[in-house]
Amino acid sequence: MGSRASTLLREEEIEEIKKETGFSHSQITRLYSRFTSLDKGENGTLSREDFQRIPELAINPLGDRIINAFFPEGEDQVNFRGFMRTLAHFRPIEDNEKNKDPIASEPLNSRSNKLLFAFRLYDLDRDDKISRDELLQVLRMMVGVNISDEQLGSIADRTIQEADQNGDNSISFNEFIKVGNVYILYIDIDIDI
Amino acid sequence: MSVHALRKSASSSFVFVGIGLPIEASAPAYQSHGTEGSHLTNITNTKKAFPVLAVNYEHVRKPFEIALWILLALLMKLGFHLIPRLSAVVPESCLLIVVGLLVGGLIKVIGEEPPVLDSQLFFLCLLPPIILDAGYFLPIRPFTENVGTILVFAVIGTLWNAFFMGGLLYALCQIESVGLSGVDLLACLLFGSIVSAVDPVAVLAVFEEIHINELVHILVFGESLLNDAVTVVLYNLFEEFSKVGTVTVLDVFLGVVCFFVVSLGGVLVGAIYGFLAAFTSRFTSHTRVIEPLFVFLYSYMAYLSSEMFHLSGIMALIACGVVMRPYVEANISHKSYTTIKYFLKMWSSVSETLIFIFLGVSTVAGPHAWNWTFVITTVILCLVSRVLGVIGLTFIINKFRIVKLTKKDQFIVAYGGLRGAIAFSLGYLLSNSHQMRNLFLTAIITVIFFTVFVQGMTIRPLVELLAVKKKKESKPSINEEIHTEFLDHLLTGVEGVCGHYGHYHWKEKLNRFNKTYVKRWLIAGENFKEPELIAFYRKMELKQAIMMVESGQLPSVLPSTISMQNIQPRAIPRVSKKREEEIRRILRANLQNNKQKMRSRSYSRHTLFDADEEDDVSEVRLRKTKMEMERRMSHYLTVPANRESPRPGVRRVRFESDNQVFSADSFPTVHFEQPSPPSTPDAVSLEEEVPKRPSLKADIEGPRGNASDNHQGELDYQRLARCLSDPGPNKDKEDDDPFMSC
Repeated sequence: MGSRASTLLREEEIEEIKKETGFSHSQITRLYSRFTSLDKGENGTLSREDFQRIPELAINPLGDRIINAFFPEGEDQVNFRGFMRTLAHFRPIEDNEKNKDPIASEPLNSRSNKLLFAFRLYDLDRDDKISRDELLQVLRMMVGVNISDEQLGSIADRTIQEADQNGDNSISFNEFIKVGNVYILYIDIDIDI
Repeated sequence: MSVHALRKSASSSFVFVGIGLPIEASAPAYQSHGTEGSHLTNITNTKKAFPVLAVNYEHVRKPFEIALWILLALLMKLGFHLIPRLSAVVPESCLLIVVGLLVGGLIKVIGEEPPVLDSQLFFLCLLPPIILDAGYFLPIRPFTENVGTILVFAVIGTLWNAFFMGGLLYALCQIESVGLSGVDLLACLLFGSIVSAVDPVAVLAVFEEIHINELVHILVFGESLLNDAVTVVLYNLFEEFSKVGTVTVLDVFLGVVCFFVVSLGGVLVGAIYGFLAAFTSRFTSHTRVIEPLFVFLYSYMAYLSSEMFHLSGIMALIACGVVMRPYVEANISHKSYTTIKYFLKMWSSVSETLIFIFLGVSTVAGPHAWNWTFVITTVILCLVSRVLGVIGLTFIINKFRIVKLTKKDQFIVAYGGLRGAIAFSLGYLLSNSHQMRNLFLTAIITVIFFTVFVQGMTIRPLVELLAVKKKKESKPSINEEIHTEFLDHLLTGVEGVCGHYGHYHWKEKLNRFNKTYVKRWLIAGENFKEPELIAFYRKMELKQAIMMVESGQLPSVLPSTISMQNIQPRAIPRVSKKREEEIRRILRANLQNNKQKMRSRSYSRHTLFDADEEDDVSEVRLRKTKMEMERRMSHYLTVPANRESPRPGVRRVRFESDNQVFSADSFPTVHFEQPSPPSTPDAVSLEEEVPKRPSLKADIEGPRGNASDNHQGELDYQRLARCLSDPGPNKDKEDDDPFMSC
């Protein structure tokens, strides 16, 4: 499979992906071999079943949401470009990128894009607000089945109440990233690939 | 005072009359022979007047002096904070050393021998409380995220410091003009190893006043804790070698092995005691009073056991605290948690104060041998080696870190490498056979003074000058908790997709192992199944509930059928406009205060509550008086009970748990401009404290509960109320809810 991998990925493609996502050459080739190892059907794209075969995703509470994040609206297959585009959100921000020309389009792994990515995992219907139901769904996925609906409901209510500042009983993106003027998301959404 | 002890006391003799009053003064008069006859003969020989009042200082000398010292230390501490400008400029540690110097000088002037900081006392009594306090409350998340960096700094940094300083000092001693040619390499290396270690006590004392950002704080602090293993090994190694005089390759190899044994062994011992403590706490539900003692004793035993085997006691203590904390906190009552927190802070505070004062006194007392070149070179070399070490190591470490260390971070890490009492005690432990002992001691004290005074005092203005990131303040919020957990899952999942076994992967594995195997053995009752999010939420709600009850927002005597949500909408409209304005004004002022205080507030070892909790509590008391009237009015105006009548004298608190189905718009809202949680009387929805009853869901639609449900509810809430309102230990039968800590 190793030799097949390198012949399937052309240099121009690597360059394009590099420019679009900012990954290095070695990272791209490494991820490509991972891509092909997941691609059981060997047709150059991944389907949802391919992702579901990953053991870590199977036991992950947010497994389904993560899988969905890889697939663009309404599609069932994702090619390598799309795969890399999603993963690009998790690349660590490098120092030399911080001084980039502000007119250029924002790189995929800028801080706000990372947070937007996380926000969209909550906000399934893409209305730029996390409603109580969406929050409930995420909570349910995270705490399992033993907790009663009412309990979860009160947690969701409390969460919204804490974060909501304009009184619309849902959490917008700005409210998502901070609570009461204090930025709360300190974790860097980075992975060392 | 036992009769036997008095009889045996050789320095005094006593004759007992009836109830056993010691009659004789402390000057040894004659021995009592224990027979009635000789007593009588002795008495008839020298008959003294019956002394009504007698002084016997020898009797109480030791405890008296100890108590006096501690009292002096605490009064000094008190005094510093009363002088407004002083504590802002000079760190407390400096002031305490100065006081020690003064006291030592005073004692010398009197003509007595000032007490030196006895190493035994230091290592066995004064150091453990500080380390335990630090270890038990160690912020786990930043620590584990940076543990690699911390280890590199602790191990390699300390080794570098020791060898660099030892080597260069030896080179210095070779120079004829210095006059120290008798000092051999091993002695210099021994000295280097003593003086190279960053001291946790000094770091804690200084850093907690400057509120630096969490990353730098945990780096320096973690390093000061973990370098103990290196220090122990190096010290013992060089001490042994300098007696023998030669070093072979085998010895060096054994030294390396010894390092691993010391550090890993210490951690293992600590972990074992930690698990024992956790397991014991599982069964303490009937004897809540002694719970804190288990925590303290197991930790102290861990420390002593590892010291017994010459393992690293500090690492054992840290490991013990870290391991036992999550399980113990799941099992013990709220009061026990507060007790533990309170006592640890108290002891560590006293210890720290005593250490610094004794350092000052020892400086006056100790034998000194001053050699300008040696001492000055030592100080300079300390700084230089620290700076070089930090820069060099950071260069290497940054290649592996995701979040790189900036130049400012490096500067603070280098500048914050303070030396303290551990170095002094290790130097003091040196046997007198080292001919350079006095010189070493003098040099160590000079280094300590330099780092604590010069670096300690200037670090705060430097931090301001360089605009180093300070600690971000945020109240624990359910939002943060949810999002943190969410991101953890997300990143673990993405790591899985990439096939990359990184940080999150292993953390997830550990969590899973913990959940399936460990928790069921160490956590009492059914609580081990509870997800962390739920536990966090419950603690938060309980905390707020306590505050609200104390403020009087929740009426303490209620007809049992009235839910919270019914009360509030009725209560609020009754508040007159003027009062509402007043309340709003007060709350706004409170919030502004909070914002101003944000910079100065952070986890401080000397405060029990967060400062904003204290603000809340005092704010809450203010509101209490205002709401007192409203409460009375609402009590009469609400729908009367159709079942039980309120029992007088029993504080019952009713929380609406699952009976009410909330929809978002039925929230009682009071429109303040800046909502803060205590101000909005949201419907506190509290989960049952007792193990979950299956009938919770029974009352969704119907009238507020049937009789049996209410009765059970009442019992539960009585328990809760007692727990909240609380008196003493003898009522602990009711207090057996596994109340989780905040």
